Amino acid sequence: MQRALFPALFAAGVTFLLTCLVIGVRLEQEGPNLTVVGADAETWSWIGFAVIVVFLFQLFQQPLSRLKQRLPSPDVTGLLPDHKLRARLRPWLIALVVVGLFVWPFMVSRGAVDLATLTLIYVMLGLGLNIVVGFAGLLDLGYVAFYAVGAYTYALLSEYYGLSFWVCLPIAGLLAATFGCILGFPVLRLRGDYLAIVTLGFGEIIRILLNNWTNVTGGPNGIGGIEKPSLFGLEFSRRASEGGQTFHEFFGISYNSSHKVIFLYLVAVLLVLLTIYVINRIQRMPIGRAWEALREDEIACRSLGLNPTVIKLSAFTMGASFAGFAGCFFAARQGFISPESFTFIESAIILAIVVLGGMGSQLGVILAAIAMTILPELAREFQEYRMLMFGGVMVLMMLWRPQGLLPMKRPHLELKTS
Amino acid sequence: MSENLLDVSGLMMRFGGLLAVDNVSLQVKPRQIHSVIGPNGAGKTTVFNCISGFYKPTGGEIRYRGQPIQGMTGHRISLLGLVRTFQHVRLFANMTVIENLLVAQHRHLNTNYFAGLVKTPSYRRRQREAMDRAAHWLQQVDLLEFANREAGNLSYGQQRRLEIARCMVTEPGLLMLDEPAAGLNPKETSELDQLILRLRDEQDISVLLIEHDMGLVMGISDHITVINQGAPLADGTPDQVRQNPDVIKAYLGES
Ligand SMILES: Nc1ncnc2c1ncn2[C@@H]1O[C@H](COP(=O)(O)OP(=O)(O)OP(=O)(O)O)[C@@H](O)[C@H]1O
Ligand SMILES: [Mg+2]
Repeated sequence: MQRALFPALFAAGVTFLLTCLVIGVRLEQEGPNLTVVGADAETWSWIGFAVIVVFLFQLFQQPLSRLKQRLPSPDVTGLLPDHKLRARLRPWLIALVVVGLFVWPFMVSRGAVDLATLTLIYVMLGLGLNIVVGFAGLLDLGYVAFYAVGAYTYALLSEYYGLSFWVCLPIAGLLAATFGCILGFPVLRLRGDYLAIVTLGFGEIIRILLNNWTNVTGGPNGIGGIEKPSLFGLEFSRRASEGGQTFHEFFGISYNSSHKVIFLYLVAVLLVLLTIYVINRIQRMPIGRAWEALREDEIACRSLGLNPTVIKLSAFTMGASFAGFAGCFFAARQGFISPESFTFIESAIILAIVVLGGMGSQLGVILAAIAMTILPELAREFQEYRMLMFGGVMVLMMLWRPQGLLPMKRPHLELKTS
Repeated sequence: MSENLLDVSGLMMRFGGLLAVDNVSLQVKPRQIHSVIGPNGAGKTTVFNCISGFYKPTGGEIRYRGQPIQGMTGHRISLLGLVRTFQHVRLFANMTVIENLLVAQHRHLNTNYFAGLVKTPSYRRRQREAMDRAAHWLQQVDLLEFANREAGNLSYGQQRRLEIARCMVTEPGLLMLDEPAAGLNPKETSELDQLILRLRDEQDISVLLIEHDMGLVMGISDHITVINQGAPLADGTPDQVRQNPDVIKAYLGES
């Protein structure tokens, strides 16, 4: 306690000084002069309260951290049934979830379905970035750039050439992958933090480019009126476009705008299921194994004839292509895109999803994506505190579960000894 | 020329002011165990690093099966059939034993994405072959029962054997071992020397060996190169080296 006293006093002093300067005094303009105005009594009492809290916290830090250690760290994996049972239940569970995903939207409100669609976009982005960060261990802070490439690919192709969503989807993925490859090639020689900085810069370059290339991208005004996806040529609008046919006319039902929302949701579900399937396979493929090996020991990999640049590049490219798909779908759902949607904070949120989920774990990433999109919606009243909560959750997670919600190992091939 | 599997001549490696390898030459013939010995800090590992492409030599020429390889990247040299281990164990500790061996066979597997996604017959066949090869080598180094165990949990001696197996599944032409017996007990050491002899006799490969254990070196080597302070000191059969007065003075005499 004696030893903690001085640091506690010091921390309290620093808190006092900082809060005084930041909120205790204000500069106000009176005519041509600036005067220093003190805050009111209530603010001062809050400041005093904060100082006391900091002082007490520092003073009792040791007993507190000892208490924290005794607190069991939440172990989600422990809640799951044991290995054998899980393997037997797995297919049933997956079937149940998939059926649920398809049935559920017909029973809830339009707003809920819409929110679910948004969540699914983040699931896709999280899963895509998980390839780069979780599997290959490359810190990419500019992931949103590929998302933007995908979105603008569809928006521009649809606006200038009238191409449909289903044609643009693979093009968007391919184009984003190409960008990933072009960026990755010179950059992947860099290590850790340098890579992060360069990718961060790349993300900004793409956004600024979209912002300033006004005669093609519409600049900050964005692109509007993007066509929605159709179901084998059937449109979901009230009136058919020239030469088209609408869904409700074809089936002879009355027009209902929620059909469109549900259809978009179902498309998103399909895309996410496809993503999960592909990533699941890739994990078990030689390339997935090579990513893990590379993360563990690059030198050993090289001595065994694995080309690190090519292997990293494949992760980067593949992650980018999923962002491209997500971007294409995002543009279709939104109907309007502008560079606003592709700021750094998006990259940060997607990265937070991957980190919270437990790097490398698919289920964890899915859960984290759901939490990260639904919680802010539920806590709309606390909108102003959103970033604060966001930061708080991250700090808590890093303290209690630095390895993420559901850290999971890549499924390893087993040798069956006969 | 062509009768040598590996031909190193006039190899130089300079780190700033330090000439770590000074004009070293060595010739490894097919189906031979060739040892490189020398006191600590003599530059043996540096020679290995130059041959295997981890360092770019400052001078000299390295030919493998007649093809110049100096300056090539490490993974390309490895693909040519020159595979090495490291002085300190470099396994993928968090992966299972069998997965360690599968990573090493990346080159033999079908890495086409589409083939892997839909598991084409060729993909399955190559994977089965890789598994069989892995199982074969696990049997050779007596680790079959640990196949699904995490590599990091094996004992030190087992890890060293796994490293050799991991090199062997790549089907190399020249195996380079950097102090494989360091830290092994006498029983493990004698098993290791049996293993190395078997590799030469049954697998038709050459082994380039760095080792401090004189018993092992003198017992199994066909040829020995002695390096001292970066410079070649002697070169010959074990008997010739043992009787070389320079070697006795510089290396054997001190221990
Ligand atoms: N990357 C490097 N940069 C600078 N100096 C190096 C580097 N690698 C090796 N050296 C130096 O080269 C010399 C030879 O080292 P090397 O590791 O090749 O010796 P060694 O013969 O393998 O010794 P040991 O028997 O202890 O393994 C040493 O003086 C070492 O400090
Ligand atoms: Mg050495």
